[in-house]
Amino acid sequence: MSAIQPPAEIVWWKQPLDRVEGTWIAIALTWSLIMFFMMPFWHIYGKQNLSNEAYRTTPQAFLAKTQAMVDEYTVRTETAANLPVVRPPPGSDVYLVGRLWQWWPLLEFEKGQTYRLHISSMDWQHGFSLQPVNINTQILPGYEMVLTVTPDTSGEQTIICNEFCGIGHHTMLGKIYVTEGGQ
Amino acid sequence: MSAELFRTCPESGLQFHKPAERLMKAHAVASIVFLLIGGVGALLVTLTRWPAVHLLPADRFYQLLTMHGVDMLIFWLITFEIAVLYFCSSTLLKCRLATPKIAWLGFALMMIGMVVNNLAVMNGDASVMMTSYVPMPANPNFYLGLILFAVGALIGCFVFLGTLVIAKEEKTYEGSIPLVTFGALTACIIAVFTIASGAIILIPTYLWSIGYINHIDPAMYRLIWWALGHSSQQINVAAHVAVWYAIAAIVFGARPLSEKVSRTAFFLYIAFLQLASAHHLLVDPGLSSEWKIFNTSYAMYLAVLASMVHGLTVPGSIEVAQRAKGLTNGLFEWLRKAPWSNPIFSGMFISLVGFGFIGGISGVIMGTEQINIIIHNTIYVPGHFHATVVIGTTLAFMSLTYFLIPTLFRKQVMFPGLVKWQPYLFGFGMAVFTLAMMGAGTLGVERRHWDMAFTDSMLGFDYPASAYTFMGIVGISGTAAVIGGAIFVLVTVLSVFFGKPVDSESAWGFTTSRVLRAEPIVVPEGGHAAAGKWGFAAPGTFLLAIFFLVIFVIYYVINWKYLASVWPIS
Repeated sequence: MSAIQPPAEIVWWKQPLDRVEGTWIAIALTWSLIMFFMMPFWHIYGKQNLSNEAYRTTPQAFLAKTQAMVDEYTVRTETAANLPVVRPPPGSDVYLVGRLWQWWPLLEFEKGQTYRLHISSMDWQHGFSLQPVNINTQILPGYEMVLTVTPDTSGEQTIICNEFCGIGHHTMLGKIYVTEGGQ
Repeated sequence: MSAELFRTCPESGLQFHKPAERLMKAHAVASIVFLLIGGVGALLVTLTRWPAVHLLPADRFYQLLTMHGVDMLIFWLITFEIAVLYFCSSTLLKCRLATPKIAWLGFALMMIGMVVNNLAVMNGDASVMMTSYVPMPANPNFYLGLILFAVGALIGCFVFLGTLVIAKEEKTYEGSIPLVTFGALTACIIAVFTIASGAIILIPTYLWSIGYINHIDPAMYRLIWWALGHSSQQINVAAHVAVWYAIAAIVFGARPLSEKVSRTAFFLYIAFLQLASAHHLLVDPGLSSEWKIFNTSYAMYLAVLASMVHGLTVPGSIEVAQRAKGLTNGLFEWLRKAPWSNPIFSGMFISLVGFGFIGGISGVIMGTEQINIIIHNTIYVPGHFHATVVIGTTLAFMSLTYFLIPTLFRKQVMFPGLVKWQPYLFGFGMAVFTLAMMGAGTLGVERRHWDMAFTDSMLGFDYPASAYTFMGIVGISGTAAVIGGAIFVLVTVLSVFFGKPVDSESAWGFTTSRVLRAEPIVVPEGGHAAAGKWGFAAPGTFLLAIFFLVIFVIYYVINWKYLASVWPIS
């Protein structure tokens, strides 16, 4: 009886396993268990884990904190729109706003130092995609996500929006400049 | 129950209940129209993401990408799946279909929903992608169309369940339902869960869009929406695995290696696949690692295990059937001498291999909590799901259609010479397409993005040249696959409406097996294993499975290494 007909044996659940099936199930289950243990393992021994640290916020409250940081630590402005470039002290809380259609402000970090990067959206959902290092997270309005990052390469990183956010989505960029330590 | 309500297909021996037959035909034809509309979208979207062509302006691109996603992932697949549900209940159980009139009501609601949704997208104020993440607003009819369609599909699910009850009550079969019907039941149960989740989130979102509710929490939206968005893909998986088993039975008269294993694997889908939807939220704020790991490991890996089991038992059952026919030389004579020019078989086998090797492996990699950081929302993601939903589900449904044209529609398949090549063009085109997308995604190229050169941005960013090469390959191979899809739509529509009637099996255009008249496979002395090697009934399949595992392990390790090179985050 084929698979499109009722099973030939009425009590099909007593039919013994073929050896090929039993062997494969054992191998596949073992592999699944290895993959399961890899995730907790990486939480203990790996260096790339999301923190789970997140807070409820409002666009107004988050923008106010970002503005305060911009007022205090802006070192220069860039482009015709005079976008502020902010160089916060190492170890500090850094705020990044995602809104239609920019990541604001531009940031400057020091290589090898650790920063608490808070990110939230002022309007719709956005995607934080840092390239070329390739770190991607989801950014929601009303939620403040905290990433504790330690840049270990210097140079220019670009923040791209990778969650569709309307007609200007493909122009939504930001920058994180990473300078060599000791400057 | 009058006898003239039933028709027996003289070649296949399948018994069709006429009201069910008309419903199956309507659903199949409608779904192929949706495939055609979605396919036009596919071509235009592909030609826009091909950097050298960059065809559409930005607003049209986002509009057509929305249309392509919804028409393919929801309307094409679910409409065809309702036809599969009716086939697996009424036809395979030789039973009358429950409440055909209510089934027509379901069909009408699905059609109205599809039209309402598509008109909203065409109107230009619903370019919100299939996911329609709040608080980005869409024309209310976008949600309304989806809700109407879902209600119609839910009616179809209950008609299927009602038919199972009737079949049991009227004793149209003995013992348990066939494995393929069991797979369809799995798809149906997942569909009911999916549609319920969709109602829970889309009805409030509709009310929000017309102003009755003032706030929908975006994190809650994502959590519940993905119980719709990913679970609907699990309907596809359960349905196309059932179709694989059906085609193995149709072409080879294959019987499952063991009913117990295959049915347990289907049951694992019901129990665990829905929780695995959580892997869409791996880099979302506000969810704990424990929650993410539970849902994507305990839950997802047990479902992955089920797919790995089906991946062995489907070709394994074919190998056993072929060996029983005397193709016992070496490890792979059974496969070498399989009917590779029969599109019913070739499409199904390419679907199986593509789904497992490309879609399956990439899906598990993406669903790993930390590795998701380097993949989330890059074009790697559509690379993955085109391998599962297009190579896996769509190609399996195409193969089944080549069987249904002569049996259900009673028409000869036109252009058999061309049809022979169609699964290869479509399958291999999509395989290159998906692999190139994954290559580009690994380099950080974004999905749902009109311009990878960022020409209109104040700041600018340059992807490496290799990313452009990958996207060029995406454009070329995507176009090839669209041509393969167009051949399918053309051949099916022409055959169904203008084809010559079938008078004998030799007029089918290609050989199929005798389906229900197939003699049972004779189990050789000493069980199946005697025809195999090493005490294995299907040694060739086992070797292929080990090959699969080796690639899986290597690629898994490579991705952890890549992750380790990223900036430390905690």
